[in-house]
Amino acid sequence: MTGISFTQESQPARPTGLLAWLHLDLPLLTGLMLLSGVGLLILYSAGDQEWALIQRQLVRLGIAFGVMIILAQLHITHLRRWSPWLYIAGVLMLVAVIFFGQTGKGAQRWLDLGFFRFQPSEMMKLALPMMIAWYLAEKRLPPKRRRLLAAAIMTLIPVLLIAKQPDLGTALLVASAGICILFLAGIGWQLISLFAVSMAALGPVIWFFMHDYQKRRVLTFINPENDPLGAGYHIIQSKIAIGSGGLTGKGWLNGTQSHLEFLPERHTDFVFAVISEEFGLIGVAALLALYFFIILRGLYIATQAQDTFSRLLGGALTLVFFVYLFVNIGMVSGVLPVVGVPLPLISYGGTSLVTILAGFGILMSIHTHRKLLPT
Amino acid sequence: MGRIIVAAIIVTLTLLLLLTRMLYLQVLNHEHFTTLSLDNRVKLQPRPPTRGLIYDSHGTILAQNLPAYSLDITPEKTPDIATTIQALSEIIPINEDDRKRFKRLRQQRRRFDSIPIRVRLSDEEVARFAVNQHRFPGVVVQAKLLRDYPLQEQTAHVLGYVGRINKQELQKIDASNYSGTTHIGKNGVERTYENQLHGSVGLQQVEVNAKGRVLRVLENQPPQPGENLHLFLDMDLQAAAMEALKDYNGAVAAIDTRTGGVLALVSKPGYDPNLFVEGISSRAYKTLRDSLDKPLFNRAIRGQYPPGSTVKPFIGLAGLEKGVVSFNQQTYCPGFYQLPGHEHKYRDWKKTGHGQMAMEDAIIQSCDVYYYELARTLGIDRLHDFLTTFGFGSRSGIDLTGERSGLLPSREWKRKARREPWYPGETLITGIGQGYFLTTPLQLASATATLANRGQRIRPRMVESIDLPDGTREATRMESTQLPQVDPEHWEQVIQAMQLVIEGLRGTARRIRSDHYSIAGKTGTAQVFTVKQDEEYDEATVEKRKRDHALFIAFAPVEEPRIAVAVIVENGGHGGSVAAPIARKVLDRYLLKEARP
Repeated sequence: MTGISFTQESQPARPTGLLAWLHLDLPLLTGLMLLSGVGLLILYSAGDQEWALIQRQLVRLGIAFGVMIILAQLHITHLRRWSPWLYIAGVLMLVAVIFFGQTGKGAQRWLDLGFFRFQPSEMMKLALPMMIAWYLAEKRLPPKRRRLLAAAIMTLIPVLLIAKQPDLGTALLVASAGICILFLAGIGWQLISLFAVSMAALGPVIWFFMHDYQKRRVLTFINPENDPLGAGYHIIQSKIAIGSGGLTGKGWLNGTQSHLEFLPERHTDFVFAVISEEFGLIGVAALLALYFFIILRGLYIATQAQDTFSRLLGGALTLVFFVYLFVNIGMVSGVLPVVGVPLPLISYGGTSLVTILAGFGILMSIHTHRKLLPT
Repeated sequence: MGRIIVAAIIVTLTLLLLLTRMLYLQVLNHEHFTTLSLDNRVKLQPRPPTRGLIYDSHGTILAQNLPAYSLDITPEKTPDIATTIQALSEIIPINEDDRKRFKRLRQQRRRFDSIPIRVRLSDEEVARFAVNQHRFPGVVVQAKLLRDYPLQEQTAHVLGYVGRINKQELQKIDASNYSGTTHIGKNGVERTYENQLHGSVGLQQVEVNAKGRVLRVLENQPPQPGENLHLFLDMDLQAAAMEALKDYNGAVAAIDTRTGGVLALVSKPGYDPNLFVEGISSRAYKTLRDSLDKPLFNRAIRGQYPPGSTVKPFIGLAGLEKGVVSFNQQTYCPGFYQLPGHEHKYRDWKKTGHGQMAMEDAIIQSCDVYYYELARTLGIDRLHDFLTTFGFGSRSGIDLTGERSGLLPSREWKRKARREPWYPGETLITGIGQGYFLTTPLQLASATATLANRGQRIRPRMVESIDLPDGTREATRMESTQLPQVDPEHWEQVIQAMQLVIEGLRGTARRIRSDHYSIAGKTGTAQVFTVKQDEEYDEATVEKRKRDHALFIAFAPVEEPRIAVAVIVENGGHGGSVAAPIARKVLDRYLLKEARP
């Protein structure tokens, strides 16, 4: 535990107004809203100016922001109490997916709950960091070896279940959540280097367990020109889109790569290429600055957290958001292999949107439910 | 706390890394990717010109371009061709011939050329494919203009046909002018006039999407369509000749004596040239190729036959010109001829002999003995030199490819080709158009026209005029040479004898006499196999393919010739009874046109 006193009586004035009443953090909210706005603008272009697409995305944004606001109201202690149960339920559902899951796009990811379809792996993106944070926050940090091992196993169970579906992108994000928490919990640098080395050594073993299409992606990443009309097509066309955008871009609605359909997945995973083509390096830099602002605010909130659980969770959620960004842009610009990770808050699609904004809801809850301390 | 700062630093550095990557792509390599992006969207498309049409002298269309749908596969764009074809065959019938043709064309095509797996699709088949198109990348239904020959086998040997450009032709053609063209003239007029018929390619710069669909045209330079050809060919005559040949194999060549224009050029049997346009199935091709009737063989310009007695007027003229015989000088015909000191009997076709013969009777009754004697006195050298001036032994120079030269034997030829000296007996049989002597039907018609023109030899030609791009019509050039001076009296004597072949009481072609115009002609019979010295030739017992060829040459009207014709009926028997009536029908159709309904 942190050793901060919870019994202080004299409190400075809290921020007042609607935002405070709703437990919302203004800088974070502004950043997220701006990003969503940019997302809609791009979607209008990437989706060939189809209003129906915009409307559907608006509905999703409404739901996701709603979830965020609801989570912001919950006191962090409730979340903390639910963490293990949420995790256990998540793992059980992942097992259920294997037996009863619905197949879509060649992978078993969905669980049909009768009234709606549910993706347990998506929930794991939140449940896992909560669980690890709960577990590690019980004892003094930095954690002992035994607890570290337990945390690693807790991480590995859902990650393997998700990877088996197969959903490499989500498995990667869930794993990164666990790793981020361990990092924030202060594990030794020797362990970190040991981990890095063993990952490198495990590479061939992982390769052996990969599906054919996953192997192909890695090979394509190494040399996309090998198969320009097949597996390498995405990367080649995406690089052409980005590169031809230049410094200032071709202008909104004027990207030839996207509008003439050379760029695949242009309103979902490859939407960043559309931004780069139409708005150029200047637009990309502005977008990255916006993300940077949100991430810094998230990390700031983590530093201001009043208990270990909140600090670990807040930091991890922010870093996972960053991993999203890095993996997506890395993939679209050809520095990482193609992994199905959306550009957070901009890519078209609802599932990840809800999870991401739920994460920010938790961050806002952490920040706005603080007991104010005397300065 | 400390770890969060470390994380923030890592985030900052990573974002900077990504930004550097963007800088690399968007600024340092901007030009490279801009080029690639332009390559993606702007395509330069060749626009093939429309091939010129071909008309006969009445303006009847002989070769045209008809819109047709074909199902094309571009192998470079199709991942698995075998499965694709298999799947296609489930919605559109594709038979074994289609597959074989596809395989064959695939080996011969240029890269990125599409090749048809099915041709001439029905509307229903087009619709059925359209519904399933998304399943077949690289497969498209193409509406294109296909060459069509409405008169089919009637014009096959004259026009030839177009077919897909093959590897050898690729070496010869101007690749850029043919960039949008898939077909090229393979033989006949289609090949000789390929340059005029083809036209020149147009270009358009278009913006395309990823699926290759053209979204808009950025720049357009229209193609220059091919030029239309007007032939001398008269389909009435062509059809009449075809019909008159009935079931016989043979050839008819008719020439306008005033222009050298080919009015009819028939080789029977013919074939349907339309089969070749999109690639003939190997089975159909094999049938055509292996047929004993040789339908693919253009007898009119490639068939080489002994001229037989049709050559007698020319040899008679040679005798008069060279002064070795006078018109009324007589020779006795006992029914055979022997060289002094030789046992061998050179027979006359009439066993009992013709008795006393002068040149006129020798032509009318086609006395062989008279010509054995005349040939012997002339000698092979003078005979060869004189006949050469009529074009025997050399190509007529007609505007068709593949013409053969025939063979007019000479001492020199025999020494070179056979490494043997010339024997006197060979001169005799050359004198009646047998032995080594070979002519093509076109050559015979051309020589007859030269005779009709009293020595003006005109190069035969198919094309009368060409429609130029500016809308005018340019006539092709007539090329003629005049034979060395021949005594006008000699012409008239020989021609009169030829007229009596038809109009004389004992003329070998007296049955084709016409009340409406005068005809000069000469019958001929060419031996296909040699009867031994002690054997008889009996038409009834000789199997069909060894029967004599029947020949006939004629021109009309005698006073003011307009048409010369040569007929060869393979295994037809006698020239007078079989070949001459065919010529008469052609002459009638031409000279009595007014009577035509």
